[in-house]
Amino acid sequence: MKSLDELAKIRDEARKKMEIRAGESGEKTKIIVGMGTCGIAAGARETMGAVLQELEKRNLDNVLVTQTGCVGLCEQEPILEVEIPGQPRISYGKVSAEKARQIIARHVVNGNIIGEWVINR
Amino acid sequence: MSYFRAHVLVCAGTPCMLKGAGAVKDALCREIERAGLQEEVRVVETGCLGPCDDGPVIVVYPEGVMYSKLKPEEMSRIVQQHLLKGRVVEDLVYRAEKEKAKPVVSLEEQGYLDRQYRIVLRNCGRIDPDSIEEYIANGGYEALGKALTTMTPEQVVATVKDSGLRGRGGAGFPTGLKWSFTAPIAADQKYIICNADEGEPGTFKDRLILEGDPHSIIEAMAIAGYAVGADQGIVYIRGEYHLSIERLQRAAARARELGLLGKDIFGTGFNFDLQIRTGAGAYVCGEETALIESLEGKRGEPRLKPPYPGVAGLWGKPTVVNNVETLANIPPIILKGAEWFRGIGTEKTPGTKVFTMLGDITNQGLIEVPMGITLREVIYGVGGGIPNGRGFKLAQTGGTSGGCLPKEFLDLPMDYDSLAEAGSALGSGALLVIDDSHCIVDVLRSFMKFFQHESCGQCTPCREGTARLYQLFSDLAAGKAGQDAVQLIKELCQTMQLSSLCGLGQSAPNGVVTALQYFEEEIQKHVAGECPAGVCRISMGSRAV
Ligand SMILES: Cc1cc2nc3c(=O)[nH]c(=O)nc-3n(C[C@H](O)[C@H](O)[C@H](O)COP(=O)(O)O)c2cc1C
Ligand code: SF4
Repeated sequence: MKSLDELAKIRDEARKKMEIRAGESGEKTKIIVGMGTCGIAAGARETMGAVLQELEKRNLDNVLVTQTGCVGLCEQEPILEVEIPGQPRISYGKVSAEKARQIIARHVVNGNIIGEWVINR
Repeated sequence: MSYFRAHVLVCAGTPCMLKGAGAVKDALCREIERAGLQEEVRVVETGCLGPCDDGPVIVVYPEGVMYSKLKPEEMSRIVQQHLLKGRVVEDLVYRAEKEKAKPVVSLEEQGYLDRQYRIVLRNCGRIDPDSIEEYIANGGYEALGKALTTMTPEQVVATVKDSGLRGRGGAGFPTGLKWSFTAPIAADQKYIICNADEGEPGTFKDRLILEGDPHSIIEAMAIAGYAVGADQGIVYIRGEYHLSIERLQRAAARARELGLLGKDIFGTGFNFDLQIRTGAGAYVCGEETALIESLEGKRGEPRLKPPYPGVAGLWGKPTVVNNVETLANIPPIILKGAEWFRGIGTEKTPGTKVFTMLGDITNQGLIEVPMGITLREVIYGVGGGIPNGRGFKLAQTGGTSGGCLPKEFLDLPMDYDSLAEAGSALGSGALLVIDDSHCIVDVLRSFMKFFQHESCGQCTPCREGTARLYQLFSDLAAGKAGQDAVQLIKELCQTMQLSSLCGLGQSAPNGVVTALQYFEEEIQKHVAGECPAGVCRISMGSRAV
C-alpha cells in the first residue's frame, strides 16, 4: 500500500458489491419483480435474470432489486415495478426479459415511462 | 455475475457455530443451488450479530430481515419463500422481546438494535471478516492512512487523549495518557500488546470482535505503534479461541499482501508487523504484567508495579498493553475526531461499551450501548427483562470481581465512576443478572470457588484469603458457620483489598463486600441456619455450636 488513493480505489470497488446491505434507503431506485407462483409460471425468473444482467452491464449500483408475491393481477404477470425516489411507483405488466431490459434503459436510466406497458398508475 | 440482488449474512461467530450454524449454512447453499439462485443471491459468513442465545441467526438483505434459531431443514422454506418469492417467513423471524406477539421484521426496526450504538461492533455481522476488501469498503485502513500521511505521532496521541477514551479491559485507565507515557521514551525497541486473554467467566466480547472484525484490531495496533514508536505488535490470545486465531492469522496475512503491515506502509517509511501468541487460559494471565511474564516464557505471575509496562514491559522494553475493545475504538476516533467521540456516552466516560449479558436475562448475548445507559434500560430494554416471571434480585457488573447491586441501583448510570462509587465496577463489561430464585450465599460461594482456583498463589493475602472465603461461604451454605463468620469475612476482605499484590486479590472481595452491604440480613440468616431463598440445603441440627 503506497498511498491513500490506492486504498480509495480498493474501497470504491468493494463498496459497489456491498451496496445492497445499506438497506432500503430512500435515495435508491427500486425495481420490484412479482415472484408469486403465477409470476414464476409466467417467466418472472427470466425477467429477474435480465434485470440483474442489465444492471450489471450498465454498472448501476444505486438500484435495489427486490421481489414481491402475487398482487392479484395474475394475468398481467410477470409484473415489474419501478419506484424512483420522489415519484409514484409504476407497474408494468407482461414483462418479458426483453421488455425488462428496455424498461431499465428507458425508464430507470433516462426517466421516460413506457406508457403502453403500464398497468396502473 | 457479480451483481447479486440479495445477500444472506450467516453468523459464523462461535456461539452460533456451536449451535449448528455450519450445517445451516451448508443447507442454505444447497437450497439456493437447488432453486438455481446461486447467480442472484450471495451467501456471506460474518461475525457475531448479537443475539447469541437465539443462534444460529442469519440476516437477509436488502430487507435486513433477521431469522433466528434456525435448523438446516428450515432453509428450504427461507429460500423458496423469501429469496425466491419475496415473502418473509414470519414464524422464523427473530423476536427481540419474546413476549411481543408481532414479529419484528427489519434489523434496523427491531428494538434489539434501537437502543444500541455501534462503534466497536461497527462491522460485526455486516462484513465478511475474511475479506480485507469488505473491511476497506467500510472505511477500513483509512484511519491508518490518515494517521501516517497527515498526522504526527504526537497528534495521534493527542487525539486519543482528547477523545477521553478509557481502557475497556477493566481498569478504565485513559488510553491517550497511557500512550503519552511510552511515546517520549527513547528505546531501541517498543511493543504494542493487544490483550485478548479474556478470562472473565461468561465474557466473550473480545472473541467476537476478533472473529467478526479482525482487521480493526490490526489497523488499531499499527496506529498505536505509530503513535508510541513501536514497530512490533503481539496479540496475546486465549488458546481456546481457535476461530479468532485463524481469522486473525488470515487477516494479518492479507494485510501483509496489501502492504498494510510490513515495511514502508503508505510509503511513509513506517514499519509495523505483528505476531499472535496464545495463552493457556489462566485468569491471572490477563493481568498485564503476568501476561508479559508468560510471553517471556515464565510462570504467569504478576510483577510488582512500578515500574509499569509502559516504561519497562516485555523484555524490559516500553510496552503498551491495550484491550481488544479499547483498540477497536481507535480507528473511528482517528477518522472522525475526538469531538465526535466525546459526543457519545457521558462526559467523563465518552463512547460506548460492549456488554456481555448473562444469567437470568431474556436476551443473552452481546450489546453495544452508549456509556451512561442505566442498568434498568439494559436489563429491561435491550435485555428483554427477566424470564420465567421471576423478579430481579441483583446484577453483578464488571465480572466476577464486580459488586452485587440490588434493585435500588437499577437507575444507576453504567460508567466507570458511578459504578465504582456504588462499590462495583464496569470492568470488562460482563453483566450477570440474577433473579430472586437464587440465594446470595450460594452465589458468593461460586464466585469464591472461582477465585480460589485462579489465584496464582504468589502472595499470601490472596492465596490464603480466597481459600478461606470459599471455606467460610461453604460453611454458611451448609449451616455450619460460627457466630463470628460475618465479622471474619469482613476482616478478611479488608486485608485482601489492602495487601494483595495484584488486581485479582485486591478485587476478588468486591462481590462479598457489596453483598454484606446490601444483603447482610440474608447472609446473617444463614448463620442462624436459615436460607430464605430455600437454595442452601441446611439440615436441622447440623449447625455448629
Ligand atoms: C486478574 C486480572 C485479570 C485481567 N484480565 C484481563 C483480560 O482478560 N483482558 C484485558 O484486556 N485486561 C485484563 N486485565 C486488565 C489488564 O491488566 C490491563 O489493565 C488491560 O489489559 C489494559 O488495557 P486497557 O487499558 O485497554 O483496558 C486483568 C487484570 C487483572 C488484575
Ligand atoms: S493477588 Fe493473587 S493473583 Fe495476584 S499476585 Fe497475589 S496471589 Fe497472585
